[in-house]
Amino acid sequence: MRVTPVLARLAAALAAAFAIAAEPTPPPDAPLPDPAQEARAQALFEQIRCVVCQHESISDSPAGLAADVRREVRGQIADGRSDDEIRAALVARWGDFVLFRPPFSLGTLVLWLGPALLVLGFLVFALIRARRPVEEVDPLSAAEEAALAQAVETDRLGHDPAAGRPDDGR
Amino acid sequence: MAEFGSFCLILALSLTVAQAGFSGWGRLRRSPLLVGAGQGAAVAAAVALALAFAVLLLAFWTSDFSLKVVAANSHTDKPAFYKIAGAWGNHEGSLLLWCLVMAAFGAVLAGARGLNFGLKASAVATQGALTALFVGFAVFTSSPFTRLTPAPIQGASLNPLLQDPALAFHPPLLYGGYVGLSVCFSLAVAALIEGRAGSAIWPAWGRWVRPWALASWALLTVGITLGSFWAYYELGWGGWWFWDPVENASFMPWLAAAALLHSAVVTERRGALAGWTTFLALLAFTFSMLGAFLVRSGVLTSVHAFAVDPERGMALLGILAVASGAAFALFAWRVPKLSPGGSFAPVSREAGLVLNNLFLTVAAVTVLLGTLYPLIFEAFTGETISVGPPYFALTFTPLMTIAALILPAGPMLAWKRGDLRGVGQRLMLAAGLSVAVGLGGLALWSPGKALTALGVAIAAWLMLGALSELADRLRLFRAPAAETGRRARALPLSAWGMTLAHFGVGLFVLGAAVEIGLKSEAGAVIPIGGEVASGPFRARLEAVQVIEGPNYLAEQARVVVTTADGGAPRTVTAERRFFPAGGQTTTEVGLDFRGLDDVYLVLGERAATAEGERAWSLRIAYHPFARLIFLGPMIMALGGLLSLMDRRLRVAPSVRARREVGA
Repeated sequence: MRVTPVLARLAAALAAAFAIAAEPTPPPDAPLPDPAQEARAQALFEQIRCVVCQHESISDSPAGLAADVRREVRGQIADGRSDDEIRAALVARWGDFVLFRPPFSLGTLVLWLGPALLVLGFLVFALIRARRPVEEVDPLSAAEEAALAQAVETDRLGHDPAAGRPDDGR
Repeated sequence: MAEFGSFCLILALSLTVAQAGFSGWGRLRRSPLLVGAGQGAAVAAAVALALAFAVLLLAFWTSDFSLKVVAANSHTDKPAFYKIAGAWGNHEGSLLLWCLVMAAFGAVLAGARGLNFGLKASAVATQGALTALFVGFAVFTSSPFTRLTPAPIQGASLNPLLQDPALAFHPPLLYGGYVGLSVCFSLAVAALIEGRAGSAIWPAWGRWVRPWALASWALLTVGITLGSFWAYYELGWGGWWFWDPVENASFMPWLAAAALLHSAVVTERRGALAGWTTFLALLAFTFSMLGAFLVRSGVLTSVHAFAVDPERGMALLGILAVASGAAFALFAWRVPKLSPGGSFAPVSREAGLVLNNLFLTVAAVTVLLGTLYPLIFEAFTGETISVGPPYFALTFTPLMTIAALILPAGPMLAWKRGDLRGVGQRLMLAAGLSVAVGLGGLALWSPGKALTALGVAIAAWLMLGALSELADRLRLFRAPAAETGRRARALPLSAWGMTLAHFGVGLFVLGAAVEIGLKSEAGAVIPIGGEVASGPFRARLEAVQVIEGPNYLAEQARVVVTTADGGAPRTVTAERRFFPAGGQTTTEVGLDFRGLDDVYLVLGERAATAEGERAWSLRIAYHPFARLIFLGPMIMALGGLLSLMDRRLRVAPSVRARREVGA
């Protein structure tokens, strides 16, 4: 059997490799016994940033710190704290950076209101632009129609001898 | 060999400068000879860059580690496919690909027929100048042909996360899209130079911009979807869109291109909105360049440092400032001279497309705000904030919801002046059914899933609306079958494409709403024979074995998935791969495709049960309708492709009329 030593070597290499590659493995999460509380925890996890990761919430991150924060949040929910209290505690420790939903403040006014203001501004501008030329093509009233016919008739007869020719000056 | 590549790259730089110079000068002197020389230079530049890229591909294929970029990103153990894909899996190589695509599109533009002399010469000149900027950037800061002495015996390998079929094709598709928008940009600049009040160039111009916008948009759609699918099954988190800045960087050009291809329709068909369409064309490629800057400068990968590689970052910012700054200045100067074009009523096809543009553009700006705000905020206050999914759920999603509510009415409105009541009557059935679907969802999933029900109702509205519009055009059930068949054959491909694309949007919304609202997951540390369940599915860990891949070792778990109602059990494998070359570990998610649903299995690390038995952490997630999230965009892109194949898009109505008379 030539295969066995190869496999054994592989297995050993693999075991060593995983041992090196693994950071201290966080124990898998133990969900809260109450499903309603666990649902609250999951919703909170989506909003909390893993502060050592690139751009991940703690619900997505495999990092050890994220697991710690998850455990802490579950613990606080079990202790009966409200979502706002839990968020406030996290902000007190890491600043606004830890929340994926930035606070509504003077500094974030443009961030939060920008899209709505743009829609409004755009709508007003578009409506003004779209409305303006349309008025020109409104159908004429009967009186206007008559006046126009009158004017054309007068014009042709009175002032424009070239009007009847094919190349009427154009 | 590398020296030949280097030579080709520098040659390409001088050729693109010549392209811009000859074309621009020729335009000024109105000399066909000079303009022709510019066009020749454009073709030659594309050939030179193709040769340079071929040299790089060869270097990667043969693992020539005397090249710095190959040594840093390749490895002899890699499969040949990933060796070649590694050529664009790094900054230098991907930049060369970007330049190549840009020059190739420039060559296509140079060979274009049917554009008027001035417009074409100006567009080729602009494209040449843009290409010169990027090739210059490659030559002076990021040449892939830098030698490394002494050459190492082995390379550092490509990041194993990138060794994946979806990600091998992701960059070329994405670049095709990003860079395709540069042609729209050049055409827009040309139009601003040549355009006059009351000019008749606009319909012809719109006919040129639209296919480029359409093709770029379709390529971006496929590219982004591949990237998203890759994140879904390769990262092992179960998510498919994270509102990560890198994702946003590709999403902004997509939104702008989507707006552009709709607005170009108005310009082409009605000669209206010329100023707005040129603005969008400039904006779309500006977003492309911004994306390139954000991703390549390192601004995004590290939130705390501005530009990891300051030299490259600043150079890209310079290119962005020069190209977009000049173009928008030209726009501000020239736009008052552009004709307002055809007029239309507040209720009309044009107005519908304006609304589409409003929401897509504001959505793009919202994504821009969310992406850049943390940087700006930190620069001004020194404090850091994070803008993530909850922000976009509160801003982007409502914008797109309103756009989706309006969408089905748009294609039914007549040009110039539409009949809203008539459209309402024709959409009555679709609206009624969608409300019923929504109420059904509410009854089925309440309480707490009202948003899911709303999402499903909107999806139904989009899909039924697209079908109603098609049925309306074909006079389905209201005319004899023969008449419907005749109309179906006469219906242009672009109409089929539009219906298909809008239907695809509905499919995507359906998948996203159901997946987000109803997914469930569970994880546990289990020994062989252990089980973990989520939703209607139950996974049993059958066996775990060590396997050897071409350049990795893996633990492979065989998992049997069964349904609660006793459906046929299926065996799925999930892996954890270790790549010795880079010392990295990746997960290969086990996916059990159950119709439209996914059962998603992630093998975690080895552990032990309380009794000391060998065990593995295994996560099972149930993602209902997840297939539609990726299928929907593919159908959207297919719609774009159909529309692109419509011959009417390329032949001017006057030419068509002449041909028909002649025939």
